[in-house]
Amino acid sequence: MKTCLVVDDSRVVRKVARKILEELEFACDEAEDGKQAMDHCMVTMPDAILLDWNMPVMNGIEFLRALRQMTHGAEPKVVLCTTENDLNHIQEALSAGANEYIMKPFDSDIIQNKFEQVGLL
Amino acid sequence: MQADNFEVLQKLLKQRSGLVVSPEKAYLLESRLMPVARKWSVKGLDELVALVRAKRDEKLLQDITEAMTTNESSFFRDTRPFDQFKSVVLPQLMEQRASRRHLRIWCAAASTGQEPYSLAMVLHEERVRMNGWRVEILGTDLSTEVLDKARDGVYSQFEIQRGLPITYLVKYFRQDGDKWLLSPEIRQMVDYRPFNLLEDPTALGRFDIVFLRNVLIYFDRPDKASILGRVAKLMPSDGVLYLGGAETVFGISDRFKPVEGQRGIYQPTSDAEPSSAGRQAAAF
Repeated sequence: MKTCLVVDDSRVVRKVARKILEELEFACDEAEDGKQAMDHCMVTMPDAILLDWNMPVMNGIEFLRALRQMTHGAEPKVVLCTTENDLNHIQEALSAGANEYIMKPFDSDIIQNKFEQVGLL
Repeated sequence: MQADNFEVLQKLLKQRSGLVVSPEKAYLLESRLMPVARKWSVKGLDELVALVRAKRDEKLLQDITEAMTTNESSFFRDTRPFDQFKSVVLPQLMEQRASRRHLRIWCAAASTGQEPYSLAMVLHEERVRMNGWRVEILGTDLSTEVLDKARDGVYSQFEIQRGLPITYLVKYFRQDGDKWLLSPEIRQMVDYRPFNLLEDPTALGRFDIVFLRNVLIYFDRPDKASILGRVAKLMPSDGVLYLGGAETVFGISDRFKPVEGQRGIYQPTSDAEPSSAGRQAAAF
Protein backbone atom coordinates (compact mmCIF):
# COMPACT_ATOMS: atom_id res chain seq x y z
CA MET A 1 0.00 0.00 0.00
CA LYS A 2 1.35 3.43 -0.95
CA THR A 3 1.73 6.11 1.70
CA CYS A 4 0.65 9.75 1.60
CA LEU A 5 1.39 12.55 4.02
CA VAL A 6 -1.38 15.15 4.14
CA VAL A 7 0.02 18.51 5.23
CA ASP A 8 -2.53 21.22 5.99
CA ASP A 9 -3.22 23.44 9.00
CA SER A 10 -6.97 22.91 8.58
CA ARG A 11 -8.24 19.84 10.41
CA VAL A 12 -11.28 19.75 8.12
CA VAL A 13 -9.19 19.76 4.92
CA ARG A 14 -6.94 17.02 6.33
CA LYS A 15 -9.98 14.93 7.21
CA VAL A 16 -11.59 15.33 3.77
CA ALA A 17 -8.32 14.69 1.90
CA ARG A 18 -7.56 11.68 4.07
CA LYS A 19 -10.96 10.16 3.34
CA ILE A 20 -10.49 10.62 -0.42
CA LEU A 21 -6.95 9.22 -0.36
CA GLU A 22 -7.90 6.22 1.77
CA GLU A 23 -10.58 5.39 -0.81
CA LEU A 24 -7.77 5.45 -3.36
CA GLU A 25 -6.00 2.91 -1.11
CA PHE A 26 -3.33 5.16 0.34
CA ALA A 27 -2.19 4.77 3.94
CA CYS A 28 -2.29 8.36 5.24
CA ASP A 29 -0.46 10.31 7.89
CA GLU A 30 -1.13 13.93 8.75
CA ALA A 31 0.94 17.00 9.59
CA GLU A 32 -0.32 20.45 10.61
CA ASP A 33 2.56 22.48 9.15
CA GLY A 34 5.83 22.21 7.25
CA LYS A 35 7.89 21.64 10.38
CA GLN A 36 5.79 18.66 11.44
CA ALA A 37 5.95 17.35 7.88
CA MET A 38 9.74 17.67 7.88
CA ASP A 39 9.98 15.76 11.16
CA HIS A 40 7.81 13.03 9.63
CA CYS A 41 9.93 12.79 6.47
CA MET A 42 13.16 12.50 8.47
CA VAL A 43 11.80 9.30 9.97
CA THR A 44 9.63 7.96 7.13
CA MET A 45 9.66 9.21 3.56
CA PRO A 46 6.14 8.83 2.09
CA ASP A 47 5.38 7.99 -1.55
CA ALA A 48 3.21 11.11 -1.91
CA ILE A 49 2.69 14.42 -0.15
CA LEU A 50 -0.46 16.51 -0.50
CA LEU A 51 0.75 19.92 0.57
CA ASP A 52 -0.97 23.17 1.53
CA TRP A 53 0.85 26.44 0.87
CA ASN A 54 -0.09 28.82 3.69
CA MET A 55 0.65 27.30 7.06
CA PRO A 56 2.17 28.60 10.31
CA VAL A 57 5.68 27.73 11.50
CA MET A 58 6.93 26.54 8.09
CA ASN A 59 4.87 27.06 4.94
CA GLY A 60 4.45 24.62 2.08
CA ILE A 61 7.06 26.09 -0.25
CA GLU A 62 9.69 26.34 2.50
CA PHE A 63 9.00 22.73 3.36
CA LEU A 64 9.16 21.65 -0.30
CA ARG A 65 12.51 23.34 -0.90
CA ALA A 66 13.93 21.76 2.28
CA LEU A 67 12.48 18.37 1.34
CA ARG A 68 14.12 18.36 -2.08
CA GLN A 69 17.51 18.98 -0.42
CA MET A 70 17.16 15.94 1.86
CA THR A 71 18.60 12.50 1.18
CA HIS A 72 15.78 10.65 -0.63
CA GLY A 73 13.86 13.95 -0.62
CA ALA A 74 13.48 13.81 -4.40
CA GLU A 75 11.47 10.63 -4.18
CA PRO A 76 8.00 11.63 -2.97
CA LYS A 77 5.58 13.00 -5.53
CA VAL A 78 4.42 16.34 -4.15
CA VAL A 79 1.03 17.75 -5.09
CA LEU A 80 0.41 21.31 -3.90
CA CYS A 81 -3.18 21.87 -2.80
CA THR A 82 -3.83 25.52 -2.12
CA THR A 83 -6.08 28.54 -2.48
CA GLU A 84 -3.24 30.32 -4.31
CA ASN A 85 -4.50 30.12 -7.88
CA ASP A 86 -2.40 32.49 -9.96
CA LEU A 87 0.28 31.59 -12.48
CA ASN A 88 3.10 33.14 -10.45
CA HIS A 89 2.40 30.90 -7.48
CA ILE A 90 2.08 27.86 -9.74
CA GLN A 91 5.41 28.60 -11.40
CA GLU A 92 7.07 29.15 -8.01
CA ALA A 93 5.75 25.79 -6.82
CA LEU A 94 7.01 23.99 -9.92
CA SER A 95 10.44 25.63 -9.53
CA ALA A 96 10.54 24.48 -5.92
CA GLY A 97 9.95 20.90 -7.04
CA ALA A 98 6.18 20.34 -7.00
CA ASN A 99 4.98 17.59 -9.32
CA GLU A 100 1.39 18.76 -9.61
CA TYR A 101 -0.86 21.53 -8.39
CA ILE A 102 -4.46 21.58 -7.19
CA MET A 103 -6.36 24.82 -6.70
CA LYS A 104 -8.86 24.67 -3.86
CA PRO A 105 -11.70 23.87 -3.72
CA PHE A 106 -10.99 20.31 -4.79
CA ASP A 107 -12.99 17.11 -5.00
CA SER A 108 -12.17 13.43 -5.17
CA ASP A 109 -12.05 13.40 -9.00
CA ILE A 110 -9.44 16.15 -9.09
CA ILE A 111 -7.24 14.44 -6.49
CA GLN A 112 -7.56 11.10 -8.27
CA ASN A 113 -6.77 12.67 -11.62
CA LYS A 114 -3.72 14.55 -10.37
CA PHE A 115 -2.37 11.48 -8.57
CA GLU A 116 -2.82 9.48 -11.79
CA GLN A 117 -0.95 12.10 -13.75
CA VAL A 118 2.11 11.87 -11.53
CA GLY A 119 2.06 8.08 -11.68
CA LEU A 120 0.82 7.38 -8.16
CA LEU A 121 -2.25 5.46 -9.37
CA MET B 1 -45.94 15.68 -19.25
CA GLN B 2 -48.65 14.02 -21.32
CA ALA B 3 -47.70 10.69 -22.90
CA ASP B 4 -48.32 11.86 -26.48
CA ASN B 5 -46.14 14.92 -25.89
CA PHE B 6 -43.38 12.71 -24.52
CA GLU B 7 -43.57 10.68 -27.73
CA VAL B 8 -43.27 13.81 -29.86
CA LEU B 9 -40.06 14.79 -28.06
CA GLN B 10 -38.80 11.20 -28.14
CA LYS B 11 -39.27 10.99 -31.93
CA LEU B 12 -37.84 14.45 -32.53
CA LEU B 13 -34.66 13.64 -30.60
CA LYS B 14 -34.20 10.23 -32.21
CA GLN B 15 -34.69 11.70 -35.67
CA ARG B 16 -32.44 14.73 -35.26
CA SER B 17 -29.63 13.44 -33.06
CA GLY B 18 -30.08 9.68 -32.74
CA LEU B 19 -30.58 10.12 -29.00
CA VAL B 20 -32.75 7.40 -27.51
CA VAL B 21 -34.82 8.63 -24.55
CA SER B 22 -36.58 5.73 -22.84
CA PRO B 23 -39.67 6.44 -20.68
CA GLU B 24 -37.64 5.87 -17.50
CA LYS B 25 -35.32 8.71 -18.62
CA ALA B 26 -38.27 11.10 -19.01
CA TYR B 27 -36.95 13.05 -16.01
CA LEU B 28 -34.00 14.10 -18.21
CA LEU B 29 -36.43 15.88 -20.50
CA GLU B 30 -37.84 17.81 -17.55
CA SER B 31 -34.46 18.84 -16.18
CA ARG B 32 -32.85 19.77 -19.48
CA LEU B 33 -35.75 21.22 -21.42
CA MET B 34 -37.23 23.51 -18.77
CA PRO B 35 -34.57 26.17 -19.52
CA VAL B 36 -35.60 25.92 -23.20
CA ALA B 37 -39.27 26.34 -22.23
CA ARG B 38 -38.37 29.46 -20.24
CA LYS B 39 -36.31 30.81 -23.13
CA TRP B 40 -39.31 30.40 -25.44
CA SER B 41 -41.62 31.95 -22.80
CA VAL B 42 -43.81 28.92 -22.18
CA LYS B 43 -44.69 27.41 -18.81
CA GLY B 44 -43.77 23.75 -19.21
CA LEU B 45 -42.95 20.89 -21.53
CA ASP B 46 -46.55 20.31 -22.70
CA GLU B 47 -46.65 23.94 -23.81
CA LEU B 48 -43.21 23.56 -25.39
CA VAL B 49 -44.47 20.61 -27.47
CA ALA B 50 -47.53 22.64 -28.44
CA LEU B 51 -45.14 25.30 -29.71
CA VAL B 52 -43.21 22.65 -31.67
CA ARG B 53 -46.44 21.43 -33.27
CA ALA B 54 -47.60 24.97 -34.07
CA LYS B 55 -44.39 26.49 -35.39
CA ARG B 56 -41.88 23.77 -36.45
CA ASP B 57 -39.39 26.57 -35.93
CA GLU B 58 -35.89 25.31 -36.83
CA LYS B 59 -34.25 27.33 -34.05
CA LEU B 60 -36.67 25.86 -31.50
CA LEU B 61 -35.96 22.32 -32.72
CA GLN B 62 -32.24 23.02 -32.55
CA ASP B 63 -32.52 24.41 -29.00
CA ILE B 64 -34.35 21.27 -27.90
CA THR B 65 -31.84 18.95 -29.55
CA GLU B 66 -28.81 20.80 -28.21
CA ALA B 67 -30.21 20.97 -24.68
CA MET B 68 -30.48 17.19 -24.63
CA THR B 69 -26.94 16.44 -25.77
CA THR B 70 -24.41 15.59 -23.10
CA ASN B 71 -21.37 17.80 -23.20
CA GLU B 72 -19.26 16.40 -20.45
CA SER B 73 -15.62 16.73 -21.38
CA SER B 74 -12.24 17.17 -19.83
CA PHE B 75 -8.66 17.67 -20.94
CA PHE B 76 -6.76 14.42 -21.42
CA ARG B 77 -9.87 12.47 -20.43
CA ASP B 78 -8.87 9.03 -19.10
CA THR B 79 -5.15 9.91 -19.65
CA ARG B 80 -4.28 6.55 -21.27
CA PRO B 81 -5.58 7.25 -24.79
CA PHE B 82 -3.39 10.34 -24.99
CA ASP B 83 -0.30 8.53 -23.67
CA GLN B 84 -1.03 5.83 -26.24
CA PHE B 85 -1.47 8.45 -28.96
CA LYS B 86 1.88 10.04 -28.16
CA SER B 87 3.97 6.93 -27.59
CA VAL B 88 2.43 4.36 -29.97
CA VAL B 89 0.01 5.70 -32.57
CA LEU B 90 1.75 8.92 -33.56
CA PRO B 91 5.26 7.44 -34.03
CA GLN B 92 3.79 4.56 -36.05
CA LEU B 93 1.75 6.81 -38.32
CA MET B 94 4.66 9.21 -38.75
CA GLU B 95 6.72 6.31 -40.02
CA GLN B 96 3.97 5.19 -42.37
CA ARG B 97 3.30 8.71 -43.64
CA ALA B 98 6.96 9.73 -43.86
CA SER B 99 6.76 10.47 -47.57
CA ARG B 100 3.71 12.73 -47.60
CA ARG B 101 4.15 14.16 -44.05
CA HIS B 102 0.48 14.90 -43.61
CA LEU B 103 -1.93 13.73 -40.91
CA ARG B 104 -5.64 14.41 -40.51
CA ILE B 105 -7.36 13.87 -37.17
CA TRP B 106 -11.09 14.02 -36.50
CA CYS B 107 -12.59 14.51 -33.04
CA ALA B 108 -16.15 13.54 -33.84
CA ALA B 109 -17.71 14.64 -30.54
CA ALA B 110 -15.52 17.62 -29.78
CA SER B 111 -17.89 19.21 -27.27
CA THR B 112 -16.24 22.27 -25.68
CA GLY B 113 -12.85 21.53 -27.22
CA GLN B 114 -10.92 19.77 -24.48
CA GLU B 115 -10.22 16.64 -26.54
CA PRO B 116 -8.96 18.28 -29.76
CA TYR B 117 -6.97 20.81 -27.74
CA SER B 118 -5.38 18.00 -25.69
CA LEU B 119 -4.23 16.43 -28.97
CA ALA B 120 -3.05 19.81 -30.23
CA MET B 121 -0.94 20.29 -27.10
CA VAL B 122 0.57 16.81 -27.46
CA LEU B 123 1.40 17.55 -31.10
CA HIS B 124 2.83 20.94 -30.18
CA GLU B 125 5.15 19.23 -27.70
CA GLU B 126 6.33 17.05 -30.60
CA ARG B 127 6.87 20.01 -32.94
CA VAL B 128 10.62 19.52 -33.29
CA ARG B 129 10.15 15.90 -34.40
CA MET B 130 7.22 16.96 -36.57
CA ASN B 131 8.98 19.81 -38.29
CA GLY B 132 7.76 19.95 -41.89
CA TRP B 133 4.59 18.00 -41.13
CA ARG B 134 1.11 19.27 -41.86
CA VAL B 135 -1.34 18.16 -39.19
CA GLU B 136 -5.02 19.03 -39.41
CA ILE B 137 -7.35 18.56 -36.46
CA LEU B 138 -11.07 18.84 -37.09
CA GLY B 139 -13.49 19.02 -34.16
CA THR B 140 -17.17 18.47 -34.86
CA ASP B 141 -20.23 18.41 -32.66
CA LEU B 142 -23.97 18.48 -33.07
CA SER B 143 -24.23 21.54 -30.84
CA THR B 144 -23.21 24.88 -32.31
CA GLU B 145 -23.29 26.36 -28.82
CA VAL B 146 -20.53 24.11 -27.48
CA LEU B 147 -18.48 24.68 -30.63
CA ASP B 148 -18.61 28.43 -30.00
CA LYS B 149 -17.18 27.80 -26.54
CA ALA B 150 -14.56 25.49 -28.05
CA ARG B 151 -13.46 28.17 -30.50
CA ASP B 152 -13.18 30.73 -27.68
CA GLY B 153 -10.84 28.47 -25.73
CA VAL B 154 -11.84 30.02 -22.40
CA TYR B 155 -12.13 27.67 -19.43
CA SER B 156 -12.99 27.90 -15.75
CA GLN B 157 -10.70 26.84 -12.91
CA PHE B 158 -12.89 23.77 -12.49
CA GLU B 159 -12.46 22.81 -16.16
CA ILE B 160 -8.69 23.29 -16.31
CA GLN B 161 -8.22 21.18 -13.18
CA ARG B 162 -9.92 18.23 -14.87
CA GLY B 163 -7.08 16.39 -16.48
CA LEU B 164 -4.79 19.18 -17.64
CA PRO B 165 -1.21 18.62 -16.42
CA ILE B 166 -0.03 21.68 -14.54
CA THR B 167 3.01 22.08 -16.82
CA TYR B 168 0.64 22.41 -19.81
CA LEU B 169 -1.45 24.99 -17.94
CA VAL B 170 1.63 27.10 -17.33
CA LYS B 171 2.84 26.72 -20.91
CA TYR B 172 -0.37 27.10 -22.90
CA PHE B 173 -2.81 29.20 -20.86
CA ARG B 174 -3.04 32.78 -19.75
CA GLN B 175 -5.01 33.81 -16.68
CA ASP B 176 -7.72 36.44 -16.89
CA GLY B 177 -9.44 36.85 -13.52
CA ASP B 178 -11.09 33.54 -12.74
CA LYS B 179 -10.87 32.38 -16.39
CA TRP B 180 -8.07 30.59 -18.21
CA LEU B 181 -7.45 31.49 -21.86
CA LEU B 182 -5.89 28.96 -24.20
CA SER B 183 -3.03 30.35 -26.27
CA PRO B 184 -3.78 31.27 -29.90
CA GLU B 185 -1.05 28.93 -31.18
CA ILE B 186 -2.97 25.92 -29.82
CA ARG B 187 -6.41 27.26 -30.76
CA GLN B 188 -5.24 27.77 -34.34
CA MET B 189 -4.34 24.11 -34.65
CA VAL B 190 -8.01 23.05 -34.50
CA ASP B 191 -10.87 23.76 -36.91
CA TYR B 192 -14.46 23.36 -35.76
CA ARG B 193 -17.56 22.56 -37.73
CA PRO B 194 -21.07 21.50 -36.72
CA PHE B 195 -21.81 17.95 -37.77
CA ASN B 196 -24.49 15.39 -36.98
CA LEU B 197 -23.14 11.85 -36.76
CA LEU B 198 -26.37 10.56 -38.30
CA GLU B 199 -25.41 12.29 -41.55
CA ASP B 200 -22.96 11.30 -44.27
CA PRO B 201 -19.47 12.54 -43.28
CA THR B 202 -17.89 12.10 -46.74
CA ALA B 203 -17.60 15.86 -47.25
CA LEU B 204 -15.35 16.12 -44.20
CA GLY B 205 -12.60 14.30 -46.10
CA ARG B 206 -10.44 11.36 -45.10
CA PHE B 207 -8.86 10.86 -41.69
CA ASP B 208 -5.85 8.96 -40.40
CA ILE B 209 -7.08 9.09 -36.80
CA VAL B 210 -10.65 9.38 -35.53
CA PHE B 211 -11.59 10.04 -31.92
CA LEU B 212 -15.16 8.83 -31.44
CA ARG B 213 -15.05 8.57 -27.69
CA ASN B 214 -17.98 8.43 -25.30
CA VAL B 215 -20.57 9.25 -27.92
CA LEU B 216 -21.75 5.90 -29.33
CA ILE B 217 -23.25 5.12 -25.92
CA TYR B 218 -26.06 7.58 -26.66
CA PHE B 219 -27.17 5.80 -29.86
CA ASP B 220 -29.16 2.63 -30.39
CA ARG B 221 -27.49 -0.37 -31.97
CA PRO B 222 -28.51 0.19 -35.62
CA ASP B 223 -27.34 3.82 -35.45
CA LYS B 224 -24.06 2.76 -33.82
CA ALA B 225 -23.47 0.29 -36.65
CA SER B 226 -24.25 2.80 -39.38
CA ILE B 227 -22.05 5.50 -37.77
CA LEU B 228 -19.13 3.06 -37.53
CA GLY B 229 -19.72 2.00 -41.15
CA ARG B 230 -19.61 5.58 -42.38
CA VAL B 231 -16.52 6.40 -40.31
CA ALA B 232 -14.71 3.31 -41.66
CA LYS B 233 -15.23 4.58 -45.21
CA LEU B 234 -13.25 7.73 -44.38
CA MET B 235 -10.23 5.85 -43.09
CA PRO B 236 -7.33 4.01 -44.71
CA SER B 237 -6.78 0.47 -43.45
CA ASP B 238 -3.86 1.63 -41.31
CA GLY B 239 -5.94 4.41 -39.75
CA VAL B 240 -6.78 4.37 -36.06
CA LEU B 241 -10.16 4.73 -34.35
CA TYR B 242 -10.42 5.59 -30.67
CA LEU B 243 -13.55 4.65 -28.73
CA GLY B 244 -14.39 5.43 -25.10
CA GLY B 245 -13.41 3.09 -22.28
CA ALA B 246 -16.95 1.68 -21.99
CA GLU B 247 -17.46 1.30 -25.74
CA THR B 248 -16.65 -1.47 -28.19
CA VAL B 249 -17.28 -2.55 -31.78
CA PHE B 250 -17.94 -6.17 -30.75
CA GLY B 251 -21.41 -7.30 -31.71
CA ILE B 252 -22.10 -3.95 -33.39
CA SER B 253 -19.96 -3.61 -36.49
CA ASP B 254 -17.45 -5.73 -38.38
CA ARG B 255 -15.96 -2.67 -40.09
CA PHE B 256 -13.35 -2.31 -37.33
CA LYS B 257 -11.16 -4.72 -35.44
CA PRO B 258 -9.32 -4.12 -32.16
CA VAL B 259 -5.60 -3.43 -32.31
CA GLU B 260 -3.86 -6.21 -30.46
CA GLY B 261 -2.29 -5.16 -27.19
CA GLN B 262 -3.75 -1.64 -27.37
CA ARG B 263 -6.98 -1.26 -25.42
CA GLY B 264 -9.60 1.08 -26.81
CA ILE B 265 -8.17 1.49 -30.32
CA TYR B 266 -9.39 -0.11 -33.53
CA GLN B 267 -8.46 -0.31 -37.19
CA PRO B 268 -10.69 -0.69 -40.22
CA THR B 269 -11.07 -4.28 -41.37
CA SER B 270 -9.44 -5.30 -44.61
CA ASP B 271 -12.54 -4.72 -46.74
CA ALA B 272 -12.31 -1.02 -45.90
CA GLU B 273 -10.40 1.42 -48.10
CA PRO B 274 -6.73 0.53 -48.73
CA SER B 275 -4.07 2.45 -46.83
CA SER B 276 -2.68 5.55 -48.47
CA ALA B 277 0.72 3.91 -48.72
CA GLY B 278 -0.82 0.80 -50.21
CA ARG B 279 0.33 -1.31 -47.27
CA GLN B 280 -1.50 -3.68 -45.00
CA ALA B 281 -2.76 -2.42 -41.67
CA ALA B 282 0.07 -1.70 -39.32
CA ALA B 283 0.90 -3.85 -36.34
CA PHE B 284 1.14 -1.47 -33.41
